[in-house]
Amino acid sequence: MTDKNIPIIETVDLHKSFGSLQVLKGINEKIYSGEVVTIIGPSGGGKSTFLRCLNLLEEPTSGTVYFEGNALDSKSTNLNQHRQKIGMVFQLFNVFPHLTALENITITPILEKKIPKEQAEKEAMELLRQVGLEDKANEYPRKLSGGQKQRLAIVRAMAMHPDVMLFDEPTSALDPEMVKGVLNVIKGLAESGMTCVIVTHEMGFAREVSDRVLFIDGGIVAEEGTPEEVFDHPKNPRTKEFLSQVL
Amino acid sequence: MGKGILEVFIQYWPVFLQGALGTLKFAAIAVLGGTVVGTLVSILHLSKNRLLSGFAGVYVNVLRGTPLLVQMYISYFFIPMVIPALNSIDKIYYVLFALTLNSSAYVSEVIRGGINAVDKGQTEAARSLGMSAKNCMIRIILPQAIKNILPALANEYIAMIKETSLAGTFMCYELMYTRTLLANKYLVWQPLFIIAAIYLVMTLSLSWLVKVLEKRMSVSD
Repeated sequence: MTDKNIPIIETVDLHKSFGSLQVLKGINEKIYSGEVVTIIGPSGGGKSTFLRCLNLLEEPTSGTVYFEGNALDSKSTNLNQHRQKIGMVFQLFNVFPHLTALENITITPILEKKIPKEQAEKEAMELLRQVGLEDKANEYPRKLSGGQKQRLAIVRAMAMHPDVMLFDEPTSALDPEMVKGVLNVIKGLAESGMTCVIVTHEMGFAREVSDRVLFIDGGIVAEEGTPEEVFDHPKNPRTKEFLSQVL
Repeated sequence: MGKGILEVFIQYWPVFLQGALGTLKFAAIAVLGGTVVGTLVSILHLSKNRLLSGFAGVYVNVLRGTPLLVQMYISYFFIPMVIPALNSIDKIYYVLFALTLNSSAYVSEVIRGGINAVDKGQTEAARSLGMSAKNCMIRIILPQAIKNILPALANEYIAMIKETSLAGTFMCYELMYTRTLLANKYLVWQPLFIIAAIYLVMTLSLSWLVKVLEKRMSVSD
């Protein structure tokens, strides 16, 4: 396991621009093992871009992302190996439509970690059982509902045994009746001690599961603190304004 | 008019058979070679490296923008001239070389379109799991791309079967060359219909095969 004193993820002076549009304007954050950090803020404020920089799906324009003490953009870093320990769940699920639910989970462990097929399948079945999808193992994603796809995407990431899970608005594309099931799975993960970084618009959920809340607006962390501090006693006027609009 | 078509076919069927086998061989090489090279070219074309994608762009434009027959002549006469060591190779291979490169240019454009049409989220999901770029392309992107482009790919393959007929110009033994052989026996028009019929059987068989494949690949729909 990892040294508790070294953050799992650390960003140093993280900047990201798309063309002339500056999206991230210097973010310094440390996320420690076991922490559940939610990121809230207005659309276009940089939340998702920040999250996507953490596994270098977006390459920072400047600044550095450290994962367990290693600079991810360093030439000597094996990015694929580190990414295996950084699970990510997307707004639009991004399950692999040409593979069955079971294959969605097993393909990467078999290909990249050289796990024997039988063992990978056994583990995958256990994961599917945990999220109530064991009877869907041999179905293709087309036959699954949005909520089922997202639960599949979560266990697909879990099958790599990550040290941290990143969630990019995991319930934003779901029908309302599907949201709870997915949030419960994430909550279960958080309570089991998994380090989670969650971009979300579900304020009730954020308040309930977070150890720490980041309010990202205008490309910076405009405010951060415990859920009580941020939701009940926001100091920054922008936070107050945002919360008054969404709560 | 002379002999009838059926009569000619019964008398000379071994000639046509050998021609048909030649055509099948050339078509198989052009299809397989063109697909492999074309896939690589399409990946180069999509590369972030400007030099690689630029090279692929020029490759496609030149091979699509000049006639196959000219390419075959250049390959047939020019390559052995500048690389004398290659003189010992059967001349058929120069013709096949041009055929394969030409088909790869067309195939690469079809595949490039197919890859572009796959949702970016698929790449992101695979890479975020720690899958290598190569595995992501081979196991996640290409299977989805190929399923979508199968009809367009079938079109290219059908065109390739027909274009192998140009190889007859270089005395390669394929279907069109049987015309030359039989013309020497004063059979001018009958072989043409037999040749056309055999081409039609081949292209229709391929269409049918692709339909079967399409059906099999649609299990995930």
